[in-house]
Amino acid sequence: MNSNATTHAAVERVVRQEWGRVLAALLHRVGQFELAEDALQDAFVAALSRWPQQGVPANPGGWLLRTAERKAIDIMRRSRVFQSRQQQLTILAELDSIADPYDSAETPEIPDERLKLIFTCCHPALTEEVSVALTLKSVCGLNTLQIAKAFLVPQATMAQRIVRAKRKISLSGIPYRIPPAKDWPERMNAVLAVVYLIFNEGYSAYDGTTHSRADLCEEAIRLGRLLVELAPTEAEASGLTALMLLHHSRRKSRSGPIGEIVPLDAQDRLQWDQECIFEGLAWLEHSFQQSSSPGYYTLQARLSAIHATTTSFSATDWPAMLAVYDQMLASSSNPVVQLNRAVAISYACGPQEGLQALEELAVAPRIASYQPYHAAHADMLARLGDRQAADQAYARAIELSHNQAEQAFLRKKQADLQPGPDTNGAGACRDRG
Amino acid sequence: MEYLMCIYTDPEADPQKGSPEHEELMSEYFAFTNEVIEAGVMRGGNELHPASAGSTVAVRGGKVEFVDGPFADTKEQLGGYYLLDCADLDEALKWAAKIPSARHGRIEVRPVVVME
Repeated sequence: MNSNATTHAAVERVVRQEWGRVLAALLHRVGQFELAEDALQDAFVAALSRWPQQGVPANPGGWLLRTAERKAIDIMRRSRVFQSRQQQLTILAELDSIADPYDSAETPEIPDERLKLIFTCCHPALTEEVSVALTLKSVCGLNTLQIAKAFLVPQATMAQRIVRAKRKISLSGIPYRIPPAKDWPERMNAVLAVVYLIFNEGYSAYDGTTHSRADLCEEAIRLGRLLVELAPTEAEASGLTALMLLHHSRRKSRSGPIGEIVPLDAQDRLQWDQECIFEGLAWLEHSFQQSSSPGYYTLQARLSAIHATTTSFSATDWPAMLAVYDQMLASSSNPVVQLNRAVAISYACGPQEGLQALEELAVAPRIASYQPYHAAHADMLARLGDRQAADQAYARAIELSHNQAEQAFLRKKQADLQPGPDTNGAGACRDRG
Repeated sequence: MEYLMCIYTDPEADPQKGSPEHEELMSEYFAFTNEVIEAGVMRGGNELHPASAGSTVAVRGGKVEFVDGPFADTKEQLGGYYLLDCADLDEALKWAAKIPSARHGRIEVRPVVVME
């Protein structure tokens, strides 16, 4: 039983590794998303029964592709509903010429069509939520249960979401191709947004103690690397990959033993993952080589890189940070970037100057209900010694926060303003444990 | 592949017939219609009477049920449609975005079932 389970897991691992590439190649041949997914699923089941006895083939991807092609024929023969009889016959004729993988030692080279697959999964006609699930399923090879667990939804809900998405791709005629040049920037942005969404989902879920959810950060980074491999001249793909790696390098130090938030200025930088940083810096450099006008992700990565290469918070090169924020704001105004810029000013020039920069921001719509604005405001007031105003600003920030760890962090900062044994903040902070 | 572009607008907010705004919109529609005809994708299209003049039919348990007026309780109503023949969804969405009412209403793009 136990050894069977191990074999099962080993087959699963191999299949997962090959999934995206095989699916992409298969889709190129059969043209129907649902059909390709179903056929590959059948091939996976075949692998589960064959490989434990006969061993994993020398070219598992080639084996899967061949088997899935046979399975696609079976499915098509069984199915009466197909978009066009003519199209079906054409595909069948082509697939029929393929040798039976069980009898053949021939191992085909699998053409890399994954970029098409990624663009299809992240098509703007699909909602981002659906694109996220579909990308993890089709490109990363996660199964429905793993994705459902990662997003804390019942498996049936996730299964339905994925089935609907696959059907929509087939029925609505989402093309399987690399978008034409004039659509490329917009479509690439949609892809990058989906990858970053996957990363952020993992990043916000991680509380430093448990790994119960599939590691979405790792998946997102893997996707980032794949994008850079498939589209090496796309500067923002490198920029995003760098950004994710640099953030990910701090995963061990950004929360404490009971899941409490450890801010950047209090993190143990010796715990930062140097391998991640090294790779992140390399991709950042690569991004700058591709484009002289860096985009949003690249500039975010640049900010992260400044921290990553500085030994302590007090040694941070704030003027350099400011320059990056200015570069970001040159192309478009963004209240969140403006807020971070104000924080950088407060360190580069002093809290008084930081407050002035915050005041300029106060007119931005919805900023009054943005928690980080009030937290930053409170911090600057505290550094100026205005305890009463800082206390009020912290209270507002806590009110606006929906995250327990965040609330506990803010309460502690608030309590530290007026040290005493019976402050509410300290009590609430203990509640978290 | 054929796509039905359903044009949803809020009749209350639509330009009044006879107003300069309405005239402007009509000339934009005229131009768009010419464009899809010239592009060879036009299969059909019409302006529709208000949803209040329509009926929705449903058969439940063998019984025919009629719903008077708009089916969904929203301000926007189906006000017209184009039936366009496009290579794929990308092309269909490009045309949909060019429909003048896309700016103040919504265009629902529905692939047409092919009967064989």
